[in-house]
Amino acid sequence: MKLLLVETKLHLREWPFLLFTVGLPVALLLVLGLSIPDMTQPGASGERAVDTQMPSLMTLLSLLTLACSVVPAVLTGYREQGVLRRMSTTPVHPARLLGVQLLINLVVGAVTTALLIVTGSLVFGSAAPRQWVGFILVFLLGSAALQAIGLVIAALAPNAKVAPGIGSAVMFPLMFLGGMWVPRDLMPDALRTVSDYSVAGPFAQALRDTWAGHAPQTAHLVVVGAALLIFSGLAVRLFRWE
Amino acid sequence: MKVIEVRNLRKQYPDHLAVDDVSFEVAEGEIFGILGPNGAGKTTTVECVAGLRVPDGGTVRVAGLDPQLNRGELRHVLGMQLQSAALPEKIKVWEAMDLYASFYPDPADWSELLERVGLGGKRDTAFKKLSGGQRQRLSVALALVGRPRVAVLDELTTGLDPQARRDTWELVEQVRDSGVTIVLVTHFMEEAERLCDRLALIDAGKVAATDTPAGLIAQVGGEQRLRFRPSAPVDDALLRALPEVREVTRSGEQLVVSGTGNLAPAVTLALAQHGVVPGDLRIEQTTLDDAFLALTGRKLS
Repeated sequence: MKLLLVETKLHLREWPFLLFTVGLPVALLLVLGLSIPDMTQPGASGERAVDTQMPSLMTLLSLLTLACSVVPAVLTGYREQGVLRRMSTTPVHPARLLGVQLLINLVVGAVTTALLIVTGSLVFGSAAPRQWVGFILVFLLGSAALQAIGLVIAALAPNAKVAPGIGSAVMFPLMFLGGMWVPRDLMPDALRTVSDYSVAGPFAQALRDTWAGHAPQTAHLVVVGAALLIFSGLAVRLFRWE
Repeated sequence: MKVIEVRNLRKQYPDHLAVDDVSFEVAEGEIFGILGPNGAGKTTTVECVAGLRVPDGGTVRVAGLDPQLNRGELRHVLGMQLQSAALPEKIKVWEAMDLYASFYPDPADWSELLERVGLGGKRDTAFKKLSGGQRQRLSVALALVGRPRVAVLDELTTGLDPQARRDTWELVEQVRDSGVTIVLVTHFMEEAERLCDRLALIDAGKVAATDTPAGLIAQVGGEQRLRFRPSAPVDDALLRALPEVREVTRSGEQLVVSGTGNLAPAVTLALAQHGVVPGDLRIEQTTLDDAFLALTGRKLS
């Protein structure tokens, strides 16, 4: 418990992280929603971009940033400074520290998502996720899968200097495949097929589906779940404590 | 009673043999030094003792525990200060102590411990704002917060200025006086000579010798030399008759007496009995550096 408390304090002291993981997604929703008229125009389905598409992409942005930049930066730093090694001399295994870090990131992601929901509802009158049980499950599954990818990046990065580079190299393609720049609906078929297997694509889609009140597609859940299993397995095998 | 027993320890890394054949025993309550040049295998040895590395051969026992089989129990018996292991930059001193205390079922009073290591006034300081000496003292405090029977201190004073080094030495002696057995890894001869009750000289993964600092020096001859200017003429035979004296030579007005054992008191007493005062008296002793050189054919630093 004390570990969670101390690490939370340390996370808050590294507040620039929060600008990117909390501030940026919420600000983007606001700025894009208010400045681009199309965002608030009903589309063919009668739904506006600010209703489900934008907030689910912003949720993805926050979670990807947490997984691909925060996790590798913090953990490679801890490894390089010997924080993990020092802890391994105590009765508490440093794996506990990893767990606490992942939990904190999960909470930060959840806070961002909650802020996105509140902002959407106050500013644009958007509805909260309608299929909320499904939404929460998808959120948890997707966060866990992305963080497992972050752990693998932290495991593979030879030092804290190159970790952000590797993180970005993973993060931007995933954002693209998640539909950040080209919405998945508008992707050519071939690209959408790639997107369907990219973790980010099915995750964003499942968030959006549950937000709109539909059940998530089984195929999407299978891809994200498989990614969670594969990457957490890899992380366990590859992670180095020193 | 032996707190630590290491027999024929061997550790091979992919690219080199770090520890070839190391054996030693550490008695309860002593400061045991592991002295050797950089790359001799000192750190790997203590990491095997602390259960942080798996040895390829040999046996290690700490308070009867096998560091590989009883990792969990070992953590309660042995505290370790690691060479160059830091803390998160923004953690405050008190937070680190409080956190590490929470890792143990029956921790020491960490406020008192902070006072003892001289960091009482730094409780609210962030780790990155501490000086090198303060970081090392915090590191010692963290190693002790679980009230271990044995503390391993690895290159504790490397990179510290002479004053901080001396302060840290005092701290180590205080810790021993509080009943904790200490294993001190160092490549400073002066540090080993000043602090250690016994020490192992390690070179190229092997123990060259284990003894008290004085014993090691005696092993290589351990000669002392007395230089002085006698206030009145002295007959060489008078000094040669002393059992401690091996040789008497003259260089100008100076008399140089070489020998072993309690050379200085024996010579000065003999001189005094004949009313001679040794002026400009200097005692030159063999140092651990000399001993290391003689035992391994290599310079320590």
